[in-house]
Amino acid sequence: MSSDVTDQPTHRALGLTDDEYEDIRTTLGRDPNHLELAMYSVMWSEHCSYKSSRVHLRRLPSEGDHVLVGPGEGAGVLDVGDGIAAAIRIESHNHPSAIEPYQGAATGVGGILRDIFSMGARPIAVMDPLRFGPLDDPRSRWVAEGVVAGVSGYGNSVGVPTVGGETVFDPTYAENPLVNVLCLGLMPAERLVLGRAEGPGNLAVLLGSATGRDGIGGVSVLASAGFSDAEADADKRPSVQVGDPFEEKRLIEACLELLEGDLAVGVQDLGGAGITCATAETAAKGGSGMDVFVRAIPTREPHMEPFEVMTSESQERMLAIVEPERLDEVLAIAARWEIRATVVGRVTDTGQLRVIDSDGTDVGEVAEVLADVPARSLEDEAPLYHREMAVPADFDARRADSPDALACEDAGADLLEMLADTSWVWSQYDHMLFLNTVTPPGADAAVLRLKHPGTGEDTSRALAMSTDGNHLWCAVDPRRGAAMTVVESVMNLATVGARPLAMVNCLNFGNPEHPEVMWQLSEAVDGFTEALDAFGVPCVGGNVSLYNESRGSDIDPTPVIGMLGMVDRLVARPPGPTLVEGGRLVLVGALPGTDGGDLLAGSRWAAQQGSRGTGNLCEPDFGALEVVAAAVRDLVGGQAVPAGAIVGVHDVAEGGVGLALAEMVARSGEGATIARIEDHRALFAESPGRAVLCVDPEHLSEVLAVLEERGVPTQRIGVAGGDRLSVKGLFDLEVAQVTSRWSSALPDALDRGTTQG
Amino acid sequence: MSANVAVVRFPGTNCEFDVAEAVTALGGEPTIVFHDEVSLGSADSVVIAGGFAHGDYLRPGAIARFSPIMEAVSRFALEGGAVIGICNGFQVLCESHLLPGALQKNAGLRFKCGTARLRVESNRSALTEQCDVGDELDIPINHFEGNYTCSEETLAELRDNDRIVLRYVENPNGSVDDIAGICNEGRNVVGLMPHPERACNPLLGSNDGVPLMRSLLESALASA
Repeated sequence: MSSDVTDQPTHRALGLTDDEYEDIRTTLGRDPNHLELAMYSVMWSEHCSYKSSRVHLRRLPSEGDHVLVGPGEGAGVLDVGDGIAAAIRIESHNHPSAIEPYQGAATGVGGILRDIFSMGARPIAVMDPLRFGPLDDPRSRWVAEGVVAGVSGYGNSVGVPTVGGETVFDPTYAENPLVNVLCLGLMPAERLVLGRAEGPGNLAVLLGSATGRDGIGGVSVLASAGFSDAEADADKRPSVQVGDPFEEKRLIEACLELLEGDLAVGVQDLGGAGITCATAETAAKGGSGMDVFVRAIPTREPHMEPFEVMTSESQERMLAIVEPERLDEVLAIAARWEIRATVVGRVTDTGQLRVIDSDGTDVGEVAEVLADVPARSLEDEAPLYHREMAVPADFDARRADSPDALACEDAGADLLEMLADTSWVWSQYDHMLFLNTVTPPGADAAVLRLKHPGTGEDTSRALAMSTDGNHLWCAVDPRRGAAMTVVESVMNLATVGARPLAMVNCLNFGNPEHPEVMWQLSEAVDGFTEALDAFGVPCVGGNVSLYNESRGSDIDPTPVIGMLGMVDRLVARPPGPTLVEGGRLVLVGALPGTDGGDLLAGSRWAAQQGSRGTGNLCEPDFGALEVVAAAVRDLVGGQAVPAGAIVGVHDVAEGGVGLALAEMVARSGEGATIARIEDHRALFAESPGRAVLCVDPEHLSEVLAVLEERGVPTQRIGVAGGDRLSVKGLFDLEVAQVTSRWSSALPDALDRGTTQG
Repeated sequence: MSANVAVVRFPGTNCEFDVAEAVTALGGEPTIVFHDEVSLGSADSVVIAGGFAHGDYLRPGAIARFSPIMEAVSRFALEGGAVIGICNGFQVLCESHLLPGALQKNAGLRFKCGTARLRVESNRSALTEQCDVGDELDIPINHFEGNYTCSEETLAELRDNDRIVLRYVENPNGSVDDIAGICNEGRNVVGLMPHPERACNPLLGSNDGVPLMRSLLESALASA
């Protein structure tokens, strides 16, 4: 920004363009006042309105017979049978976590939980895909420690288990970590609630924390624009949102009790844009209006301006729409859980969101109307941008630079470098609460017993979840990279015997004003769409995080997905990525043909050699991959062969067959003798949709027969056991070397001390 | 006849329904009792479940001991009723002086969730009667403040009177003398950091919590 902000018109200081300002004037038929401008600026922000990405997101398939609620609500909701509905959502908290890792991550968890329980579902599991700068950078270690501590501190205390996620360290995230968080909740299907303010005369009850000056952030430039007096301005210190998991825990219990008793017409969480967003959204979706009594809203500090109250992002607050005759019951539940409950507004039939300078006791008479705007205009009428897109200038040059041409000097050493046990992270999370966790973190997918949330009755089925993202693939080709990510998720679910039900996505990209970034985003959406259409999986929700950049440099495109799956019959714990002595190792799925593709494009190995974003990704053959995934699913689930025939299984993705084998060795302590891996390309190629099976020798012929019958490309590559991991012609390592590198990589780096840079 | 187990729920408790599920699976009848109640009703035994009672503000258990229900729990314990404090419940029992000592932050200063191997050191307690001394059990742990500490006199008393009920085979948190669980003089009040309710289903990885939970149900009936 070149000129002093005080020289700008107020709307520009608030981040609204001149055209957007004109749109507001047209809508209102007059100039907006300062409060109204503040409200539009937060609601029309990129964060709330998705104005740059919405035109692209519309292309994602979102339909399915089992989809009860698709994108656009607090969470996607699926019918998972037996009268149970599952709510799922993923979100990012990248920017706050870059500034204040602990609270950024903590409030990210808090926010996603509110999205889930506002639908009436009890949050039962969280997953955290995390991406940090390299481990040899002290500041990145500080961020990583803080983020993990924040997830642990908030998630454990609020009482929702964190059952998985990802942990990636890469230079692209050195200044801009990615902190994504996914939450799954369950409810009896009939309890589904939507954030609707219906029924004129109904009351808007604000539940939870008092409203403070935290999280006004971007809006704080208001002060410079001369909104209030100098003394009050001095108080508007920059501040970070601070989470209180105990408040949230009581809020969860109170809200669920309230919904169980059918005491609320609608419930909405307060997230970005605070009360403005909650009231505008509920009113717009309910086709009604709302009067907000701004003086009734409990504040944490004196002299807060109406614009501060209306745009504050203070944590742990919910808005419930309540019929007046049920108010006493609502207040009693709130009192029992020791949470604040205040009537702060009333539903009207005018379609207008009015902010009234009143505490609600003198409505409509003498009180001044501070803002008066159509609720729908805040919620639905933000401008949509078809931002400029451009293929990166170096795209063709990078494609021509094949990493397959690179020589490999010591495959064993390269492999060791890739190994890292992430239990340093997830052992700090309660991952067992609620007695559902059949497969804990560290495997390809989490598996959770499915119990009816009302009766507690066990369905003998299970839900499975995997989160996946691969920026190295997407840096080469965001379209194929995104499609391959979906393939990886489908295969991850298959390794625990689950079929995919639905996807949610979190699109982490750079600056949308860079045409290359918008191209990446658009390509990634198309890649998702191709893969989802092929697998028949709907996308039921998403989140977009843009402006992930620092010093003018955008992060690698990082679309992250969460895939929910169903295990139709849970008879035993899935074997997991492990080895059993004497087990026969079978690689299922084939490497793609190399016509026009490079096996090592986008691979971790190529990146280790300094070759990033180079070559061509091979085109996924979805039909063939579906066959492989189905076979793995049925073998592991005990449908195709006796349960116990498969004693270990690991999907092949990052690090290729090499890393898959090494991880199985490290986790089991068993060695493996491998042959028929042609060269380092075949060892490190990451083309997903493959898996390594460790098969009980007594059942080997049955397993091979099933694979052959289904036309699954199969290669017997070796046998498990012994104290060495050797791949004929490529490397020979001691098991002890593999396990020690695997288990010490993170503790050695992260317990070494950090710096706040 | 099945044992009626009162499971205490403070604001911030989060393992109450897990304990109830395990109790039900073993044939007991759980009742969730909210912290503002003053009576345990017809309970045969009491479990103070894990979580973060009152947000663990001040210190874990420091506020919970003042919740109305704790008077009834103390009375019940003094009358010889079986009272088990799991994890946060152990912290509450120490703060309430129903058990000696205190739980401080883990050595290493990190939260730890995982499975620990325990050795049964005494089967003379409300929680271990169904076990044999020397049994090894795989039971999940999940805590930041699980590092048991006490004065030397107390430690000597615990040792001399066979009141160290469970020890860690590999100490995960730095607790003195590898203590995972202790009992009171009457042997009816037991506190432990590990979560036996999380180890009552082979699908979840361990069934080793069953003898502990069974002991609880049996002692409930014995004292009823």
